[in-house]
Amino acid sequence: MPLDLALPRISLDADFWSLRFVDERVAGHEVRKNVPLPLSRSSDRGVMATVYAGGGYGYAATPDLSAAGLTAALERAAEWARATAPRALFDTRSLPRPAPRGDYASPSLDAPEPSPRDWYDLLMAESTAAAIDPRIVDWSTGVEVRHATHRLVTSEGGDVVQRFRMVLPGIAVLAHANGDAQTRTLNGYRGICQQGGPEILARFGFAGSGRRIAEEALELVLAPNCPSGTMDVLLAPDQMIMQIHESIGHPLELDRILGDERNFAGTSFVTPDMFGSYRYGSDLLDITFDPTRAEELASYAFDDEGTRAARTHLIRRGILERPLGGAISQARAGLPGVANARADNWNRPPIDRMANLNLEPGDSTFDEMVGRIGRGVYMQTNASWSIDDSRNKFQFGCERGVLIEDGRLAGVVKNPNYRGISASFWRSLAAVGDASTVQVLGTPYCGKGEPSQIIWVGHASPACVFTGVDVFGGEA
Amino acid sequence: MAAADARGVAANAEERFRDAIAAIESALAPGERYTATASGEATDFARMNRGKVRQAGSVAQHTLSVRLVRGSRHATHALAMSGDAAADRAAIADAVGGLRAVLPDLEDDPHLLLPERVENSRLERAGELPPAEAVVDGILAAAHGLDLVGIYAAGPMWRGFANSEGQRNWHATTTFNLEWSLYDRTDKAVKSAYAGFAWERDDFLARMARARERLALVARPAKALVPGRYRAYLAPSALDEIAGLLGWGGFSARALETRQSPLARMLAGVRLDPRVSIDEDTAGGVAPAFQAEGFARPDRVALVRDGALVGALTSPRTAREFSLAANGANADEMPEALSMAGGDLGADDALAALDTGLWIGNLWYTNYSDRPACRITGMTRFATFWVERGRIVAPVDVLRFDDTLYRMLGSNLEALTRETELMLSAECYASRAMSSVRVPGALVRELAFTL
Repeated sequence: MPLDLALPRISLDADFWSLRFVDERVAGHEVRKNVPLPLSRSSDRGVMATVYAGGGYGYAATPDLSAAGLTAALERAAEWARATAPRALFDTRSLPRPAPRGDYASPSLDAPEPSPRDWYDLLMAESTAAAIDPRIVDWSTGVEVRHATHRLVTSEGGDVVQRFRMVLPGIAVLAHANGDAQTRTLNGYRGICQQGGPEILARFGFAGSGRRIAEEALELVLAPNCPSGTMDVLLAPDQMIMQIHESIGHPLELDRILGDERNFAGTSFVTPDMFGSYRYGSDLLDITFDPTRAEELASYAFDDEGTRAARTHLIRRGILERPLGGAISQARAGLPGVANARADNWNRPPIDRMANLNLEPGDSTFDEMVGRIGRGVYMQTNASWSIDDSRNKFQFGCERGVLIEDGRLAGVVKNPNYRGISASFWRSLAAVGDASTVQVLGTPYCGKGEPSQIIWVGHASPACVFTGVDVFGGEA
Repeated sequence: MAAADARGVAANAEERFRDAIAAIESALAPGERYTATASGEATDFARMNRGKVRQAGSVAQHTLSVRLVRGSRHATHALAMSGDAAADRAAIADAVGGLRAVLPDLEDDPHLLLPERVENSRLERAGELPPAEAVVDGILAAAHGLDLVGIYAAGPMWRGFANSEGQRNWHATTTFNLEWSLYDRTDKAVKSAYAGFAWERDDFLARMARARERLALVARPAKALVPGRYRAYLAPSALDEIAGLLGWGGFSARALETRQSPLARMLAGVRLDPRVSIDEDTAGGVAPAFQAEGFARPDRVALVRDGALVGALTSPRTAREFSLAANGANADEMPEALSMAGGDLGADDALAALDTGLWIGNLWYTNYSDRPACRITGMTRFATFWVERGRIVAPVDVLRFDDTLYRMLGSNLEALTRETELMLSAECYASRAMSSVRVPGALVRELAFTL
């Protein structure tokens, strides 16, 4: 099994080749309306062969890990490289040929985890606690556990093994009354997703949250609509992560800037000349690419092209410094980047992705941020997201709003929405929460690429205040 | 992959599924039942940018999913098949053994529903595809001098089902899907698609010629519109985006029963325009006629008739939970062949009927801004034009709309085109999709734009 053992001898007429093995096991447990859903398991294993030959780039993915299977995949990849070399977008002969050596393991990787029965008992307890009222019409609790081993071997002698364990717990409750329906979740759908073990649930207070989430759903369905108008907003970390993801992360992806994604995920309002001088946000805005935060979902030591990963500022004191671009994109654009060439599985090639993209904490306490707002809304937990293909005009909706009047939290409102334009919105960042307001969250569902990929990304953010925002509620 | 190779790959996949079934059955203990699905593909992908090849390659994959059932306890394991017969047999035995070990720890499932009768089926539709490298050469040659970006995906795909009652289903097709955009500048572009079972060079060239013509319109100076309410025509490729969003829970029987469907208010009598009728039209699509739990999918399930909600997509689990009749829906109760009926406006007359307003070629990134009210927001994208007196004047800068479906396809619907367009899904997250949408164009009296 090549994930553990020496590879067979590879003989290939090519400038460079790599083999990227992925072995992933997933177990899903869910309880819905106090009924356990059947256990769902998966085990997936395969290899991506990548070849540079004659200036071209080819790949071939196969689940056949035998010596014959590896050879066939490399040869097919080489055929593609040679066949498309005359029409290649760039000459692979000028690309770096990585030879990475090292390994990585998630925190508490081998610590024991609950048995299926223990997981279901925990989920059932929270489910039962959520059934507090006949107006609670649907609810679920769940946890998914992923184990993955990635191994990258290159023709230059590179050999990297990275082992991950990810845990993704969730609670969602739906209340229905007076013709309206409102959903409340524990930090969003799969918003809690970290590397590690069962300690992740304790970190987010999972046990005991079922009833609280249900109470908040009930409160929401009876609450008035969010008011409309231009006002300040205080965004909780479980909304900030989507604001960062959509209007900083995606527009800074270098492959989008280079045009690769224009047929599908879109382009970017950011252009190469902006790096080093463009004011992306106020002085309070510091954005880092940080693969070193152990518990964060997309921490790793090397990306899928073999570039060593390191914490790097992308935006410092509001000024744009560098894009999210892996080694190939860096070579194409002539710009520095980060180690973010990633593939979501063995069957897809690496492209520029977010990994851990974080907004660094400031020095405001939560109470200070509320206290500075005369009229505004505190918005929690993303519920809706939409942004244009250049990643500029956005609109977000949240699960829960709390009015802020004269520096005090004043009452819950439903359907809080706001909209703006990335290029100006971040300049209205007026306060950044301190470390006590930070949550380390993320999403396992970032979609992009042709062929398409859904990858896991981490986001850590404090709560933040933005001024003069266009806020509105639901349909009257 | 050439046509003969594709047929060989599909035949081999069917044989591997038969082997897997034998391995499962030999691993069963007395009192155990199973269901199994196979899903796979052998696809050539070529990604293009700026009229060149960005990344090209091939992906082969075959996944077996086995559900072990004892009484009303059950659990499922999906596993990648390597193609090595002995190794795959061992992996299947391990998976079945692992499921057997865990079943005693699980509860009885009160919502388990298995097919009561055996309904076998077999469909194989071979495609006529030239080698992918040759197709890509032809695409880029036709785009000489143009800023083309897009993807070509082609090859065989298959789905299979089997259970311990002897039911066997197989569905294999060989298709291609090309989606490409021609860019004039920044975000000003024309998007096109060509998909099917046989690559016809002349058909492709005709589509490329139409895209070039439209690109000339996109090249005009853009018009920036202020937010407001504008008369609008949604081309089928734009209405497809709305249909896709509604597919996420809109027609789900479970979502309707629990009032979380964005169409839940239609249960209380709220209606769309009487000219709106929507079906799940399996017979008219490309999806298999069976779902993953072995239930046959009817040729047609009526969802909206004359503007009223008349049906829903009901999975076996929902059927048992809410005492409904299952109708072949998948576990997520998402449509795989949504079809909206046409109206009486000739597509060629749409510009004239629009008169003055927005001709919207594509929408993008739709989501709900108020789900219970079915209020939808999203962006215009690609070829979207300002039209005056039935003539295209200028491309427009992207606009955000935010309006309810009940106005768009209800009180503000002026006409639907007679012609409908069948669009095969190009989606390929994890694997290539086997689904389609058929919609007309829609002329809307006014649509609210907010940004």
